[in-house]
Amino acid sequence: MTTSMSAPQKPFRLSMLIYDTRYRSKTIQIAALIGFFCGLGWLIDNTVTNLSVLGKEPSFRFLTEEAGYKINQKLIEYTAQDTHLRAAFVGLLNTLLVAVLGCFTATVIGVVVGVLRLSKNWLIARLMTIYIEGFRNVPLLLWIVFIMAILVETLPAPSAFRGDSPAASMILGDSVAISNRGIYVPEALFSRSLGDISLFEGTSLQFEVSLDLVAILAVLGLSIWAAKWLGTRADRIQETTGKRPTTWYIQIPLIAAPILSLLFTLGFHLGLPELKGFNFSGGTHIRNSLLALWLALSLYTGAFIAEIVRAGIMAIDHGQTEAAAALGLRPKRIMSLVIMPQALRVIIPPLISNYLNIIKNSSLAIAVGYLDLTGTLIGITLNQTGRELETLLLGMMVYLTISLGISFAMNWYNKHVKLVER
Amino acid sequence: MRRNIEKIAALSLLAAVGIAQAASAEGTLDLVKERGKLMCGVTTGVVGFAAPDANGEWRGIDVAICRAVAAAVLNDPQAIEFVPTTPKTRFTALASGEIDLLARNTTWTFSRDVDLKFDFVGVNYYDGQGFMVRKELGVKSATELDGVTICSLAGTTHELNLAEYFRVNDIDFEPVPMDNNAETQQQYLAGACDVYSADVSALVAQRSSFANPKEHMILPEIISKEPLGPLVRHGDSEWADVVRWTLNALVAAEELGVTSENLDTVTASSENPEIKRLLGTDGNLGEQLGLESDWAKRAIAVAGNYGEIFAANIGEDTPIELARGLNDLWTRGGLIYSPPFR
Amino acid sequence: MSDTSFVRLEMLPGREPPANKTGVMRWLQENLFSSWLNSVLTILSAGLIIYSLNFLLSWAISPTWNATSLANCREILHDIGRNGHFTGACWGVIRERWIQILFGFYPSELYWRPILTLMLLFVALSRILFADKVPHQLIWLTAVYPFLMPWLLWGGSIWVPVSVATGLTAGFYTYVLVSRNSSSFAALLATIAVALFWVIWAGGQFADALSSLVLIELEPVASRKFGGMMLSVTIGVVAIGFSLPIGIVLALGRQSNLLIVKALCTGFIEFIRGVPLITLLFVASTLLNIFMPPGTEFDIIMRVIIMVTLFASAYMAETIRGGLAALPRGQYEGADSLGLTYWQSRRLIIMPQALKISIPGIVSTFINLFKDTTLVSVIGLLDPLGLSTAIRADADWNGIVWELYGFIALLFFIACFSMSRYSMYLERRLQTGLK
Repeated sequence: MTTSMSAPQKPFRLSMLIYDTRYRSKTIQIAALIGFFCGLGWLIDNTVTNLSVLGKEPSFRFLTEEAGYKINQKLIEYTAQDTHLRAAFVGLLNTLLVAVLGCFTATVIGVVVGVLRLSKNWLIARLMTIYIEGFRNVPLLLWIVFIMAILVETLPAPSAFRGDSPAASMILGDSVAISNRGIYVPEALFSRSLGDISLFEGTSLQFEVSLDLVAILAVLGLSIWAAKWLGTRADRIQETTGKRPTTWYIQIPLIAAPILSLLFTLGFHLGLPELKGFNFSGGTHIRNSLLALWLALSLYTGAFIAEIVRAGIMAIDHGQTEAAAALGLRPKRIMSLVIMPQALRVIIPPLISNYLNIIKNSSLAIAVGYLDLTGTLIGITLNQTGRELETLLLGMMVYLTISLGISFAMNWYNKHVKLVER
Repeated sequence: MRRNIEKIAALSLLAAVGIAQAASAEGTLDLVKERGKLMCGVTTGVVGFAAPDANGEWRGIDVAICRAVAAAVLNDPQAIEFVPTTPKTRFTALASGEIDLLARNTTWTFSRDVDLKFDFVGVNYYDGQGFMVRKELGVKSATELDGVTICSLAGTTHELNLAEYFRVNDIDFEPVPMDNNAETQQQYLAGACDVYSADVSALVAQRSSFANPKEHMILPEIISKEPLGPLVRHGDSEWADVVRWTLNALVAAEELGVTSENLDTVTASSENPEIKRLLGTDGNLGEQLGLESDWAKRAIAVAGNYGEIFAANIGEDTPIELARGLNDLWTRGGLIYSPPFR
Repeated sequence: MSDTSFVRLEMLPGREPPANKTGVMRWLQENLFSSWLNSVLTILSAGLIIYSLNFLLSWAISPTWNATSLANCREILHDIGRNGHFTGACWGVIRERWIQILFGFYPSELYWRPILTLMLLFVALSRILFADKVPHQLIWLTAVYPFLMPWLLWGGSIWVPVSVATGLTAGFYTYVLVSRNSSSFAALLATIAVALFWVIWAGGQFADALSSLVLIELEPVASRKFGGMMLSVTIGVVAIGFSLPIGIVLALGRQSNLLIVKALCTGFIEFIRGVPLITLLFVASTLLNIFMPPGTEFDIIMRVIIMVTLFASAYMAETIRGGLAALPRGQYEGADSLGLTYWQSRRLIIMPQALKISIPGIVSTFINLFKDTTLVSVIGLLDPLGLSTAIRADADWNGIVWELYGFIALLFFIACFSMSRYSMYLERRLQTGLK
């Protein structure tokens, strides 16, 4: 221990701000802050001057004006007479839709390919390597336009389904049509529907939630929870008595019966697509632009995720596998019980950054005419109103909010699953 | 290793210094003369209007306007930087001063002229939005198009016109907005959309390059007026005058029968006072514009008068085969008309 | 008693192993048919490979190299009896345009300049990338390269980069001299003063004076003429070059314990990483001129380079931060215990090691950035992808799709694949260095 000697109290001089370590850090910080605000002020001042020269006043009034353009894929009600704000909202929902779909399939592809790349089968492992390298080393934008071109050029046009001996025909008992305008699949219809509930009534952000869907999800959730509870109870009985009661004949009806009866009460039936006039009508239309973007994002990001999964599995000490094998576990169980749970810790952080990449990369939608947030707000709205500053700021803020939200959630989760290292 | 990285880091930091060149707030005309070249905004490629060929030479009717202006102002039709713009970037490129002039088959509309603060200086092609369909579809009129899928360019007047026209006629359609002509055309040819909607001139131009142009037809309805013309920034009238009268000079040359072939003989021997004023052998029109006296002569010398430019790029003898139609001289029943050079 | 024994006295020769346990058969069994599931997978994937190769090759092998237009291609294919949609590729477009896809609109008599620039880039980098295999003197080329590259590409008088370099050296020596004789803070002020003096007045004068004495200049080439692959490479290399120092500063700032500095750096990094590059490119193409003082003119390529540099800086900062975090704490503590100041310890101990760890990350950042340069086609710049649409607007090649996309994809694949392999090699080399 040292005897602490308090520094001799010298009178304060200005030079101490620089030479005295007690003050220096504060000086640097204040200087940085002043510099930052000066820079910001300078930029804002320039912007104001330039805009006034151009005769543009920054204002967000355009958001409440009529958009005037149609959007082909909309998850909520929208017509050309709605406002620009609503158009942007439709675009945002489209962004989220393709991002969620993309994240899901990219993960599936990534895990399958990553595991297969470690396969003992030489041909499969090589094939997966070719897939990964092929997708990782060619720009995503190129893949998007390329896949779009494949969909458009190789699939039959709706006119090919017409006539007495059509060149193309629908599949799965005339319920699904694969054409170069997209895929038409049956949609769920309810003849005795509960109707919709409207949120944010009367504003630009108004959207309807189908009560049927809410009811179905609620019933499904409840019955699954009940089945799970039965399973855990069986576990408890097994632990105490050593005998496991058979539960499947209760569990299956427990899940199936309520949902089937609910569907019957609601009058559930399928709406099939059929060729009427120029296009198929009825059913759900999964458009080409969505398909191309979704496929390209999944395949491209899937290649990256596959590498992450492979690295995660390789990061696990070989001793773990051997120890598990010594306990008599089969290879498949070793994978699911020993390797994967440990590999996940390594896999999840880069996986999340790939999810964020999918969200950011979905903005390439304009290349195939999929109207996402970038296509509507930063695209057509920007163009028709000439409000570059406002639309870009707003668009960037939305993307930033989504990204940061996901980052924060993930950081919190990471803190909770972190291994306590000693 | 360490020292290398240090050095590179230090050096590249300061290599960035001194790129920006501040320009004094003077008129565009002086700027162009000072710079020695014209910055001209064009499309990223529309057959016959503006597209680069294999040697990187830009060609087309819009490009000809740029060349004429460059010849008039700088006496060099090659002193141009062509700035390819997309429908999205074109207006900001002009507003921010990146380009001096936008000749990019852009429609003259009220809001672009007034709200977006531009000056349209004239019309170099009178156009209208139309529909192209395959003949096998059996459609005879646009009113039969209920439920079709329509490909068009995003960020143009077309999507607004379409929404309006279909609403007025109480029929429905599904839009497929694309980012450039090449993609749009690909979609249409593959049958991913039934209808290709754009300016009729563009439709005809694109059709000319199809493998089987005869299988496609343009429907009779023209659903909008699309006067396409060059535009400049609002508030610089001197520069606007230069571009406006260069365009007019090309038209007037055709009215007066001055062509690139007879230009020199006409200059030497013509007695027509208006031709003399136009070609600068008489009067001081060039001086009033702030240019040399033979400005218009140079502009005409590049590729000839309006009629010659039209014929060479999109006329009957090119693969595009556009008839003059509305774009014929007013004396022959068209709309092309130049105010007098007096 | 008969002399019998049940033990063999002489060794028997070893037998051949069964046929399916050696050579090809064994390899096949172990690697392709080890179980019935594996056998099914093998047969399926072999079928897939054969089918797609067959399809691709029959399409790609087509005698259309000398065709002058798509219609001409169709005629050629028709004459040899191949009709229909995917009967043959039309390679004429590549023959006619491959130079354009590589160099854009760069004047053809000056192609030696970008080629030389690229070669010199490899030479300049070799000192860093293959430190053990090249002579030490090459470091001078590395130092000169940042000034040489713009001069070679954009042309103009040689004295402009020389003047910038002189200003730099002057600033550096000012710092060294003043800091010897007085405090480092005074040195910093003096350096800033010298730099400002040079930028505002003396540099230009110096360059002009030298130009009037001896005029050495290359023909100037405007940024507009850049296009194709060359544009992608230029944007990528310049952005990475500038983003390295900015990224280092940001990474240190984010790690520092000065609250405000940390907040500013973190804010910048997270903002850039949170928005798509395309929106930043829109900012470059539409707003950057509005943010600058009235009358400032950057051309679009400059603006894109600025924006892409900022974008790359944020990612670079995160890469380097990873390197800093990977260093054992002992290194930091050791540096502090030697009594080194913050900057000394960073310069002499921390950064060299952290950068060495980050090199693979830096390479992969570069690969991603290089791929992302294709986005500039969305704002109307003619990179390879943008050129492909311009080429398809040409009446001759209207309707061409696969040949162009395939060619561009191949170019990118070759570039990125070789870089990623190189970074793997580096990783292996560095790993052995650390153990």
